[in-house]
Amino acid sequence: MSGYYASILQGALLTVGVSLAALAVSIVLGLLGAAAKLSGRPPLVALATVYTTLIRGIPELVLMLLIFYGGTIGLNHLLTLMGSKASVDINPFVAGVLTIGFIYGAYMTETFRGAILSIPKGQAEAAWAFGMGSLRTFLRITLPQMVRYALPGFTNNWLVLIKATALVSLIGLQDMTYLALQAGAATREPFNFHLFTAALFLLYTSLSLWALRALNRRYSLGVKRGQV
Amino acid sequence: MRWDIIFQPGNLALYGDGLITTLSLLGASLVVGAVLALLCALALTSSIAPLRWVAGAYTFVIRGTPLLIQLYLIYYGLGQFEWLQARWNEVWPWIYFKDAFFCALLAFSLNTAGYTAEMLAGAIRETSAGEIEAAQAMGMTRGQAMRRIVLPSALRRTLPAYSNEVVMMLHATSLASAVPAMLDVTSAASRIYSTFYLPFEAYLFAACIYLLITFSLVGLFRLAERRFLAHLAPRTH
Repeated sequence: MSGYYASILQGALLTVGVSLAALAVSIVLGLLGAAAKLSGRPPLVALATVYTTLIRGIPELVLMLLIFYGGTIGLNHLLTLMGSKASVDINPFVAGVLTIGFIYGAYMTETFRGAILSIPKGQAEAAWAFGMGSLRTFLRITLPQMVRYALPGFTNNWLVLIKATALVSLIGLQDMTYLALQAGAATREPFNFHLFTAALFLLYTSLSLWALRALNRRYSLGVKRGQV
Repeated sequence: MRWDIIFQPGNLALYGDGLITTLSLLGASLVVGAVLALLCALALTSSIAPLRWVAGAYTFVIRGTPLLIQLYLIYYGLGQFEWLQARWNEVWPWIYFKDAFFCALLAFSLNTAGYTAEMLAGAIRETSAGEIEAAQAMGMTRGQAMRRIVLPSALRRTLPAYSNEVVMMLHATSLASAVPAMLDVTSAASRIYSTFYLPFEAYLFAACIYLLITFSLVGLFRLAERRFLAHLAPRTH
């Protein structure tokens, strides 16, 4: 019996891996999306708007199935067209990470866009006046200041992203949700195993919340708050 | 691309059946969830500390764990208990726990109640102190002030955040497809995929259905906001 619990703990490592990798993808996409939306160039703005609108209108599970199953067939079609006889299978880990990262990139886009807009324009203008290029301005001036504004939204997105990783069990990835389902079917004690998994998720989300709150305090040092 | 197969009458009917399940699951869990959320929000803002703790623990657990696992706990997990197994064949109300739709409905209602309760409690706490003082000055009791002053305004102010929750719930109903006995839009797509091996067309069609419902819901909420939040709109002159 304890062997099942040990294997679920192993699956928890996979859950952490999927969520962190997906977070990295979503941060990159979110920054690109926010840059596109704020660029003021109509094609870029339109592209980013279509991205955030479509992604937020379709269930994560449907997108994941579309990318995992549809992507496999699409790739194989492409290979056949190119005259290759090889066939590929999309790795469920890669599909899960890319889908979750792609979805939460849309939410991150909105969070980052709002955060960048909250920084007074004079900050970037002063940096240009000092002769900094746009990349350096972003890294040295905008990024450190936008963290504080982005953290509340970022925290929300991260918590939802963690919970969304449970969906990768439905495309066959052996994360803790999948292992709990297997253990439950094998031992006829499904409640205990799912409860154990739920407790691990709760631990993960609580620890994240605690860490991000500490980070928020760190980045809000020196900010004066009005007292009502 | 074989869109002609998706548009065969039999397959469209499958999507239609799925759509009915999705919409009824959404509607029912929103109604049940709203009632639970109201009770939970009153407990969260109550002056009785143990009520606050219980409600707070409830929303903490619901919001900290994935809905998929909550669904598994109810659909697969409860079958572990012998006293339930002894009853669910004939004794009301336990017979419902053998029904997949009921299990999904229960999981979704409990879930949306947790999220909605926190929004509603936030709006109740944000009610301006002057309005409550005025109610007290008029001689209203706590219950009267809650019913006549606080709730009508708090419910309206929750509307924008609640529209997000409704869209999230629509998307969450796709998890019903993880329960083998359910046929929602997503499981209809999965069946068509496995019968015809057309994953791209099958899931893309499902995605379009969800997009259409999402946009209609967002539009409806915009109308509702214009009607119920007119007093909070920015002045035009």
